[in-house]
Amino acid sequence: MPTVEDLVERLFAGNRRALSRLLTLIENDSPEGRRALRLLYPSSGRAHTIGLTGSAGSGKSTLSGAIARETRRRGRTLGIVAIDPTSPFSQGALLGDRIRMQDLTSDPEVFLRSMATRGNMGGLAPSTAGVVTALDAFGKDAVLVETVGAGQDEVEVAGMADTTIVVLTPGAGDDVQAMKAGIMEIADILVVNKCDLPNADLLARQVASIVDAAPGARRTPIIKTAGAQEEGIGALLDAIEEHRAYIETSHIRERHRLEQARHQVIALARQRLIDRLVAEHGANGRLDDLVAQVARREIDPHSAADQLIGED
Amino acid sequence: MAEDKIRVLIAKPGLDGHDRGAKVVARALRDAGMEVIYTGIRQTPDMIAEAALQEDVDVIGLSILSGAHMELFPRVVKALRDREITPDEVLLFAGGIVPDADIEPLKQAGFKAIFGPGTSTEDIIKFVRDWAATRPARAT
Repeated sequence: MPTVEDLVERLFAGNRRALSRLLTLIENDSPEGRRALRLLYPSSGRAHTIGLTGSAGSGKSTLSGAIARETRRRGRTLGIVAIDPTSPFSQGALLGDRIRMQDLTSDPEVFLRSMATRGNMGGLAPSTAGVVTALDAFGKDAVLVETVGAGQDEVEVAGMADTTIVVLTPGAGDDVQAMKAGIMEIADILVVNKCDLPNADLLARQVASIVDAAPGARRTPIIKTAGAQEEGIGALLDAIEEHRAYIETSHIRERHRLEQARHQVIALARQRLIDRLVAEHGANGRLDDLVAQVARREIDPHSAADQLIGED
Repeated sequence: MAEDKIRVLIAKPGLDGHDRGAKVVARALRDAGMEVIYTGIRQTPDMIAEAALQEDVDVIGLSILSGAHMELFPRVVKALRDREITPDEVLLFAGGIVPDADIEPLKQAGFKAIFGPGTSTEDIIKFVRDWAATRPARAT
């Protein structure tokens, strides 16, 4: 039976089966997965990571496919992480992003992995960052992360990607104003997809007026695309390249990655502390005891939490 | 917190476009708590094997109504073997229109079960769960 070390060695030798096995271990957050990440992390950080988000039905998967084909035409390799929701009722998931990217399956330089959110909010799966690290360490030039259909609040992808693309579609025009505060703020590039539909120009103008009013030195580019017809994809790739050059020359990327690292470490530490507390006080009955006291209104939830962490 | 989900690939090899059965099975397995990757119709054996490799699935279910199963199914097994995936480590099953006479040769080729029309989705779920409960430990 191969060890994690064997698998990592084979990954570095370009073995895609080993990569795939490691992605599973990482996704399951198993001890082997954590060990793998420890070995892979120093070799990551070279790939340009691209986040693609937008509402359900905005054409993200079709656009991902088109971006992938254009990336390959430009001679670069690509990893894709496509995320779909886990059912809150069955904990199962139907992952259908491959349907829109069938032709890419025959290109060995594209590696597409589907992930389920497994209860995570924010548009990503819990282990997305680790999966991106592995694809990056494997040597992909770029890694594209396609979020679940996002509303206004699923902005987690921006904390992980070098370049975040937000996809809008005509027909959602009236919502654009409301979206100012949420998902549009995270966009490094805005895409008006399905630009062959009526009102696409109107949407592009509305978006432009919001972009023009926004503070900051860099104006967020607005690219019109029709993913299914592969229109505007060259311009989108150019915008991605332009943003990459911009964040590299202006040292925004280092700052961004520092923030990412801080966010990641704090989030993981928080999760471990909570797991440890719940395991410890769940086992000795103290958690149940405090919960019952809160339910009976004998103490308030804040005091109970203080007692749980020993701060009373 | 380790969490091991059963990951299933549901694929339709060949040229028939009738995917109602495949979708019903995909949905039933999802509702049973599994993560189901659906590839869509008109898949070549190589596309199916490649999807199985990239998604690192535990289970592969093929649906076919065209009658080309004796031609295509062994080619799927070969395409999997070409990628170091053997029928011992993944559960291979199929559904659709398969004459009784073909079932034994397909089992020889590595298919653990062939589900014909009228099969209850409960039976398929139980079949997958029973396999998962007794599966040999996977290579890390």
